[in-house]
Amino acid sequence: MWFLGFVILLIKLAAVLGALVLLAVYLVWIERRLLAKFETRLGPNRAGWHGALQPFADGVKILLKEDLIPEGADRFIFMMAPAVVATSALLLFVVVPFGEGFTLWGRRVPMLFTDLNVGLLYVVAISTVAVYGVVLAGWSSNSLYSLLGGIRGAAQMISYELSLGLSLAPVVMMAGSFSLVDIVDAQAAYPFILVQPVGFLIFLVSTMAEAHRLPFDIPEAENELMGGYHTEYSGMRFGLFFVGEYVNMLVLGSLAAVFFLGGWRGPLLPGVVWFVLKVLIVPFLLIWSRAALPRPRYDQLMAFGWKCLIPVALVNIIATGGLMLLFG
Amino acid sequence: MTRNKPNIWKYSLSAVKGIYDAYAVSMINFLRKPVTEEYPEYKRPLPERSRGRIILTRDPDGDERCVACYLCSAVCPTSCISMESAEREEDGRRFAIWFRINFARCIYCGQCEEACPTLAIQLTPDYEFCQYEVLDFVYEKEDLLVDHGGRHPDYNFYRHAGVTEKGDKGAHPDEEEPVNLKSNMP
Repeated sequence: MWFLGFVILLIKLAAVLGALVLLAVYLVWIERRLLAKFETRLGPNRAGWHGALQPFADGVKILLKEDLIPEGADRFIFMMAPAVVATSALLLFVVVPFGEGFTLWGRRVPMLFTDLNVGLLYVVAISTVAVYGVVLAGWSSNSLYSLLGGIRGAAQMISYELSLGLSLAPVVMMAGSFSLVDIVDAQAAYPFILVQPVGFLIFLVSTMAEAHRLPFDIPEAENELMGGYHTEYSGMRFGLFFVGEYVNMLVLGSLAAVFFLGGWRGPLLPGVVWFVLKVLIVPFLLIWSRAALPRPRYDQLMAFGWKCLIPVALVNIIATGGLMLLFG
Repeated sequence: MTRNKPNIWKYSLSAVKGIYDAYAVSMINFLRKPVTEEYPEYKRPLPERSRGRIILTRDPDGDERCVACYLCSAVCPTSCISMESAEREEDGRRFAIWFRINFARCIYCGQCEEACPTLAIQLTPDYEFCQYEVLDFVYEKEDLLVDHGGRHPDYNFYRHAGVTEKGDKGAHPDEEEPVNLKSNMP
């Protein structure tokens, strides 16, 4: 019977990978339409129904572009760096429970790939690996803009990783487990956002920095660095960075759903639908922020991370612990 | 001397207010109707005096207004206008045997229109005449000539000047009525 389990796993992998990448590709279109709405424009609405075929048009265009490798670039690292970004984003999804699970032919099929008992640590660890993609891309391009972008990316993502992890500590304390399944189960009564609003805010801001989205897109700041770490990339390698960034947005959205919004739990609708709805909240907030906020200066960004977010996250942990001692 | 330190609470409050305002303003814009005009479906009516494709107009009597004076050709900054002048057999009135505008070079500056003494050459609001072939942009006289007066339908140059100017004292359109000396007492 091991064979059946293997087949089910493969089917699940294919379905989730396909859905994730498709959703990420469509997120590009959703973002352009939403951003246009925020700026009282229309956005891409020509290809297909309301421009719904725009992602495929972009994909065809990007596939047909020449794959340039600049002179003096470290070819192997240059070619591998986009894969690191995309893969680390996709790997994060392995531990995320995205549904209730069902019984098929007498077998229990859980709606997740693996229930690691250190799932949260795995998430924090893997999301840090994405920094390697940024840094290596910036370094191997043999270009000043790319190098500056890579350095900024490293500094920013490492410092915001800290507040990301700290903002999740109260969640672990309340759920009593590092397993994402247990964390979702612990939110059966109420989602953690009701008792951890500060933690959610810190998580959200760190998420923006993690996904290097505006206002925290210092590593790729178009106005000063042209494209930052992916200045020298073209064709599908650039596309891989792009897709990786949007997959990252979705994965961070799913993490926010799991840690703060109660995962797939919700009334009336099936679990997967609730999960997708909750996942899309964070990308919407990120797009809204992109429309609303200007990019801070580099030192302001670091100062905000180290002098504001991390102390607040620490105070949040202590306050949560104290309240749990008093009432729990 | 102590440095004047900013009040941290006031500072934080203004920062939070700034961020809140940014989100609020963008949400208000999100709910507004987009201001975009979708071009091929909706063509914005252009102002009458906007500068597009050039035409050669006729006067109210149906004659060509152009007297082939070469002023437009001389003033044209890109030298895209060329013509050859001739005189009409019956009355010696000048006209252009051929008249050519190369729209591939035209920059739609409107100086030809300003230079024209007879209001013959005029720019129209029409701008949609793209071509794939660059030679298709060379417009000959029959492409340029229209059978109306353009922006000035009632103007006739030869009623104001030129060889066919006729009529009694005071009958000229630019002239005032002769003053009656008997009734013009102080």
